Amino acid sequence: MMLRAAGKRLLGAAAGRQASPAGAARRGYHERVVDHYNNPRNVGAFDKDDPDVGTGLVGAPACGDVMKLQIRVDEGSGRIVDARFKTFGCGSAIASSSVATEWVKGKQMEEVVAIKNTEIAKHLSLPPVKLHCSMLAEDAIKAAVEDYEAKKAKLEKADEDGTPAGAIRTT
Amino acid sequence: MALSRRLLPLFLRRGGGVARGPCSPAPARALSTAAAPAEVVEEESITVKGVRISGRPLYMDMQATTPVDPRVLDAMLPFYISSYGNPHSRTHLYGWESDAAVESARARVASLVGADPREIFFTSGATECNNIAVKGVMRFYRDRRRHVITTQTEHKCVLDSCRYLQQEGFEVTYLPVRSDGLVDLAQLEHAIRPDTGLVSVMAVNNEIGVVQPLEEIGRICKEKGVPFHTDAAQALGKIPIDVNRMGIGLMSLSGHKIYGPKGVGALYLRRRPRIRVEPQMSGGGQERGIRSGTVPTPLVVGFGAACEIAAQEMDYDHRRATALQHRLLDGIRAQVDDIVINGSMEHRYPGNLNLSFAYVEGESLLMGLKEVAVSSGSACTSASLEPSYVLRALGVEEDMAHTSIRFGIGRFTTEEEVDRAIELTVHQVKKLRDMSPLYEMAKAGIDLKSIEWSQH
Repeated sequence: MMLRAAGKRLLGAAAGRQASPAGAARRGYHERVVDHYNNPRNVGAFDKDDPDVGTGLVGAPACGDVMKLQIRVDEGSGRIVDARFKTFGCGSAIASSSVATEWVKGKQMEEVVAIKNTEIAKHLSLPPVKLHCSMLAEDAIKAAVEDYEAKKAKLEKADEDGTPAGAIRTT
Repeated sequence: MALSRRLLPLFLRRGGGVARGPCSPAPARALSTAAAPAEVVEEESITVKGVRISGRPLYMDMQATTPVDPRVLDAMLPFYISSYGNPHSRTHLYGWESDAAVESARARVASLVGADPREIFFTSGATECNNIAVKGVMRFYRDRRRHVITTQTEHKCVLDSCRYLQQEGFEVTYLPVRSDGLVDLAQLEHAIRPDTGLVSVMAVNNEIGVVQPLEEIGRICKEKGVPFHTDAAQALGKIPIDVNRMGIGLMSLSGHKIYGPKGVGALYLRRRPRIRVEPQMSGGGQERGIRSGTVPTPLVVGFGAACEIAAQEMDYDHRRATALQHRLLDGIRAQVDDIVINGSMEHRYPGNLNLSFAYVEGESLLMGLKEVAVSSGSACTSASLEPSYVLRALGVEEDMAHTSIRFGIGRFTTEEEVDRAIELTVHQVKKLRDMSPLYEMAKAGIDLKSIEWSQH
């Protein structure tokens, strides 16, 4: 009887130290990272050759992080209407690219290139060792925008030159 | 056991308070006019490091450590509770019975490896044994022997001891291994010099489970007159070891890898021909001067009991582990393709299965496998960002090295656990492959090696 009470007290003390949600995040994944991992938003792909789509592919398999971010831009307003991503990387990389797709939706292209990796890192409470994941996400956004602009410039040039439709344009 | 399991969720739910009986209501609550707070009913789950899981995970990490066999615990408890004497106390019964127990355990450990009890010295674990073996031997023979040979896939403690010796002016050859993880015997023979003082090759690798050809290595070392040290922490009680047949001069053994207690190990030091070492622990000269410090009787008794059980059950455990390994491998292979087994399948301890899943990153896979306790590579290196050095030594490409998972099967692993592990792994791998741009590109027929990546 006494032993059981002593045991209860010991267990109580141990459990009391464990049950601190703020402490759980200290050396583990932040809740948001786990949430994005379990319920990733906007996983998928657009057709790469679609003229409204910009594709950014950054990273390298050897480094353990590859992100592909695609944006669909409304030609008239220059606004990003939809985004998709695919990532080969750790949980923080997946979360960073997932967050990136959420943030670019509905914004102008000039706005999204201003998104900084520090904002993504802060939103996910990334530890210093995982900051490169947010960097990669920022690069992915920029690469997607660049790709779209380059595509647009090529199409406009093709129009001016009067190049036959079959060369670059795909309907 | 069952009592604590019932109590633990109670305390996790209540946040650590001791339950109050109905006879002592909180005085403040009785006078309050505010509505009483609603009873919060949480489902029984554990939230650790931001991850919520229901119940404890399936344990499939036997290479990291093993649960203590209940029979071992039974053997140990009397030495904690009643026969708690110091085995070096020569003047009373407590010391005498403790000493007798230590010597009995020593005999059991010795008989499992075919050695004489006088050749077994108890230490705090295999890491300490490796330190004594590598540094102790070389320092003792420092005048005549200046060279050490080891492999690139050794345990960190051996590699670190060798690095330490290099700083002291010794020379070390780190032999490469073949792509199946085995050491090349011709290369080994070629590397031995007249001033080679030690050859250290581990028996069973902790990360990939590959079994080295100990008899052949022992034969080569005996011919050349070089002591052969093997780290047998993962091999003890799992594959038959005979120090004479294998020509072993020094051997490191660990307790907690064979269902024994943590914190104990043993060093085997050959008597004929005698291998001398410089002790790393100075003190009262216990363990024939090799390792000073009170020998922890309960731990040593547990180690002895574990060895005795292992001797009896080695065959049965081996057959069972083989069957479970096939079940696991076939189960995963049936549903997922593009997986690679790291290390030789023929020369392998069946309880260790190290798989690489192409196009999926290891850490993200582990994050989703929180209901199965597995490891990516070795537990020692999982904290760093580098891909496992053992896999790199096998010649595995960096992107594949990032994707490896090590499943450990042991004496207490059940078929249900294996089936559930298969289910969870396959589910996670499929989910991550859907999310992977590399998988997408590979399925579209693009050769990933031809792409110029924008590296950082």
